[in-house]
Amino acid sequence: MTLSRDELIRYNRQIILPDFGVAGQERLKAASVLIIGAGGLGAPNLQYLTAAGVGRIGVIDFDQVSLTNLQRQVLFNTDELGVNKATAAASKLKALNPETEFEVFETQISSENAMAIIVDYDLVVDGSDNLPTRYLVNDACLFLEKPLIYGAIFRFEGQVSVFNQELEHGSRGPNYRDLFPTPPPPEMVPSCSEGGVFGVLPGIVGSMQANEAIKVITGMGTTLSGKLLLFDSLDFTSRYLNIRSNENNPVTGSNPTITKLIDYEAFCAGPVIEEEVLASLSVHDLHADNSRYFILDVREPYEYDISNLGGLNIPLGQLKEQLEQIPGDKQVVVHCKSGVRSAQAINLLKQEGYTNLLNLEGGILAWQKEIDSEMAVY
Amino acid sequence: MNIEIVAFGIAKDILKGKSIQLEVASAATVEQVKKQLVNDYPDFQTLASLQLAVNAEYVVDDYVLNENDEVVLIPPVSGG
Repeated sequence: MTLSRDELIRYNRQIILPDFGVAGQERLKAASVLIIGAGGLGAPNLQYLTAAGVGRIGVIDFDQVSLTNLQRQVLFNTDELGVNKATAAASKLKALNPETEFEVFETQISSENAMAIIVDYDLVVDGSDNLPTRYLVNDACLFLEKPLIYGAIFRFEGQVSVFNQELEHGSRGPNYRDLFPTPPPPEMVPSCSEGGVFGVLPGIVGSMQANEAIKVITGMGTTLSGKLLLFDSLDFTSRYLNIRSNENNPVTGSNPTITKLIDYEAFCAGPVIEEEVLASLSVHDLHADNSRYFILDVREPYEYDISNLGGLNIPLGQLKEQLEQIPGDKQVVVHCKSGVRSAQAINLLKQEGYTNLLNLEGGILAWQKEIDSEMAVY
Repeated sequence: MNIEIVAFGIAKDILKGKSIQLEVASAATVEQVKKQLVNDYPDFQTLASLQLAVNAEYVVDDYVLNENDEVVLIPPVSGG
């Protein structure tokens, strides 16, 4: 891969770096990187890897730009609300660096398409926002022998590592399943929309991922392979933990039990305790006759303040302590934002002996969509 | 003996703070510390995948702790 005169000028400030040189730049140009998710972590990865001159970049995201994204996803503008994120990102990045070739996937990565998409890239950056995707991407990278740059954020904290990097003696570094062998129950892993996220944080963590991606491609320096960085932006502390390949790893251990991609949603949902379908109520039925029901809103108080259906607000985490406020005779309609936490609340209340519970289908989002379009959503 | 527990992510919520001193039996193992944490903070029960690192090294359950060891609690984080 020879560099043009323009490229030698464009990348001059890094080409003159000791250890980088023309050889490093040529490696970047010859490289292809797939970025999973064009969100908070995806944005800085996309921007820095494009600016640095990676030859081919794939970006996959099924989601559209929304108003709540703009506080941290600095790649997007207010006039792009509703546009697919992968498409919006690629159009910006083409203007940043016409030397880079882009491939846009307006789809969700899944067990069906992951192998076919990832196989065409040298390296993968995980900027996804949920555990099933994280396990899926990890496993696909293991099967295809691709290095994976890991980053994850929560509130003011971030985690960064490099997984499955080929080491000098031909073996590969630890991976996500060495770090977290067992997925926790979903309610213990709040997403950014549930737990909140400090806007600068994905910029920091995503930039660290881009830093590691460039090092893996060019061979410079020492990467975070075998180490997990924990970063806390609130008190500005960081820690490096040494992680090792675990011989019980179900993909890369001595007795592998997972040899192809599995159903990751089911894997992360854990063992199914009861198959029983929850009794539910549509927003139309509630709207038609709401005096019949006692409405219980299990969202957080700040969510209730944005918009509510006038119900009693007890956050899911405090339900057990406030049972005396929930009637046992009247029909109780439980709702949250979309229906996940309310289902958890119903299972919890059932264990306490309640039998008069209905789950509001689709939560307050469905109410806004079907009944009251003026209602503020978030 | 005393050890220091340092929490990240959702473990900070459960511990109601960034770090605590925990009194454990001398030569306690990681598994015993996990049990003690679940006993003192029942919400840890649901965090089956909680990983522990002792003095910056990922450790297995039968690892034996020493006085003043720093035990870091690392829950999975999914945001992006």
